Amino acid sequence: MQASTANKVLDYPRNAWYVAAWDYEITRKPLARTIAGRPLAMYRTEDGRPVALADACWHRLAPLSMGKVVGKDEIQCPYHGIRYNSAGRCVSMPAQETINPSALVPSFPIIDRYRYAWVWIGDPALADPDTIPDMSQMTDPDWTGDGELIYAPCNYQLVLDNLMDLTHEEFVHSSSIGQEELSESDFVTTHTDTTVKVERWMLDIEPPPFWLKNMRDKFPGFEGRVDRWQIIHFEAPSTIRIDVGVAKAGTGAPQGDRSQGVNGYVMNTISPETDRTCHYFWSFQRNYRLDSQLITTQLRNGVHGVFGEDEAMLKAQQAAIDANPDYEFYSLNIDAGGMWVRRLIERRLAAEGRMPTLGAVGV
Amino acid sequence: MASAHTVVWQRATVIENVALTPAIRRIVFRPEHPVKAPPGSHIDVRVWIDGDDATRSYSIVDAASAGETLAISVFESEASRGGAAVMHALRAGDVVEMTEPLQDFPLRLGAPSYVLLAGGVGITAIAGMAASLAAAGADYRVVYCGRSRAHMAYLTELEGAHGDRLEVHVRDEGTTLDVTDLVSRVDPAGELYMCGPIRLMDAVRRAWVERELSPAQLRFETFGNSGWFQAEPFTVRVPALDVETVVPPSATLLEALELAGVEALFDCRKGECGLCEARVLDVQGVIDHRDVFYSERQRDANSRICVCVSRVCELGQGSGSITLQLS
Repeated sequence: MQASTANKVLDYPRNAWYVAAWDYEITRKPLARTIAGRPLAMYRTEDGRPVALADACWHRLAPLSMGKVVGKDEIQCPYHGIRYNSAGRCVSMPAQETINPSALVPSFPIIDRYRYAWVWIGDPALADPDTIPDMSQMTDPDWTGDGELIYAPCNYQLVLDNLMDLTHEEFVHSSSIGQEELSESDFVTTHTDTTVKVERWMLDIEPPPFWLKNMRDKFPGFEGRVDRWQIIHFEAPSTIRIDVGVAKAGTGAPQGDRSQGVNGYVMNTISPETDRTCHYFWSFQRNYRLDSQLITTQLRNGVHGVFGEDEAMLKAQQAAIDANPDYEFYSLNIDAGGMWVRRLIERRLAAEGRMPTLGAVGV
Repeated sequence: MASAHTVVWQRATVIENVALTPAIRRIVFRPEHPVKAPPGSHIDVRVWIDGDDATRSYSIVDAASAGETLAISVFESEASRGGAAVMHALRAGDVVEMTEPLQDFPLRLGAPSYVLLAGGVGITAIAGMAASLAAAGADYRVVYCGRSRAHMAYLTELEGAHGDRLEVHVRDEGTTLDVTDLVSRVDPAGELYMCGPIRLMDAVRRAWVERELSPAQLRFETFGNSGWFQAEPFTVRVPALDVETVVPPSATLLEALELAGVEALFDCRKGECGLCEARVLDVQGVIDHRDVFYSERQRDANSRICVCVSRVCELGQGSGSITLQLS
């Protein structure tokens, strides 16, 4: 019988594309970052291609990220000057006339897409770029926006839980996007083998401050009630896009006419670092007033504040989990989306032969 | 590469031992703790030769998907040092000690083209790579050299699996490989992986350097067990330690020194790292450099030797000798 209790510290699939960095973070100066438990040294070749190598020299494991990028596509170990090309092959051993044929560092597939660099830590034979999660609102010309990277001191699953159930907004984000209708309204959860969707509509409500401001950006002087939606799209293993917005009440948004409203996409993708830390990349995209950098900056700053509240909660939650190893999780009806996410991830872990036995983690 | 270099010993049961050619046998094991064996990986096996404990490395030719079973091919020749005979004598049900798969010769996917070159039993390491490249839909060619078809293991299987991508060179049929021609046809952006006798690999390395191709794109593995000459006995002297001993054909120079009580430095024991290097004070005969550590210039100078693999040979004239200064 399958146990009903959720894993408190969930392992992460390795056969997956994870965002390693915003594309602009990878430069000709090496960037050190750990993704899915693997420390990486990342840089760009002379022709702009991203490279991700294991951040440990073959020789004595000195971090290559402390070294420098040289020539067309090489990195030089900061310790003894051993050089590797972008495939991780040793191309120079300064102290001898030949190169040891065993000398190499693992090189990981890495691809620029949707303003991010996506890396594959698992079996390279399975690294199919077509399986990179859809983040098209990041680069679609009908959308604009910007975001940030949060270093979250918690298991990545806690962030996914947070995004899959937005009733927490009423309590965590009471001054910006929270309102009591969130907990009161009905929601519908559906799933496929790789996706989970949670859809929630709140009809004929007062807009919370964040949404009133957005409505007034598009409809100056707007007053009145709105229909509000939150449609959460999860794609395995850890990307969540949330289609959010409000429209003037009764103008047909639930039926598909959003012309009398404002629409945003909260783009989230979470890359596990260790089992208790993760890199949380987010962006807020919108499809109105595309030319306004002022609105882009205001939205980014506003969401920064909102997500700061989540970050504090997630950190405290992880600390409480670790401080109470003998207590288990219980679930609520509102966790349906998050629990489907866990199931899909657990299937992937099982396929990799790494599904933990009960009680093996988090204790 | 740290990830696949951790030596973990375990027990494995022989489930099959069959002759592929007059001198090559295929041996299939069921290891106690299966670990996935990627192309290019090998196992070390503990063998007892004349009462002494020794370790031999064998490339994995194929394995079940999670490593539940794995196969090696073992070639016994006049130059064998005893390990091959022990392996050939294994029977189904016998238990050996072996390591989990070790990886020093990984295949990298994503190159625009590949040449896989095998000489003789070197096909063992190459066959798995060819299968992976075929599965990945890569642009690759397998070049397989041998002295006669009857001595070339897996030939029929390779013909079936790779068709026109397989190029066969057979000495007895007068179709010996022209190495210079092969290297001149290599795509400069591609990679060449090779495994075979040192004469073949030295010739490719020389042609590679002459054509000024990137050394990083020439991939090879050698266990240091083949030379330019037949192994013969020779005498080693280390005056500083007052040691003189004979190195039989069945032992390496390093093993003979160890047996004589000398504490010599070493690491890879396959002629790659250069840590076992000794200075040559005098030599009678020629040094059969079996390492890949020295450049051609350094080999020709004959002033230093990698004692883990290299030998002295007097071309059948009798016993050669070498006088060394160790680190």
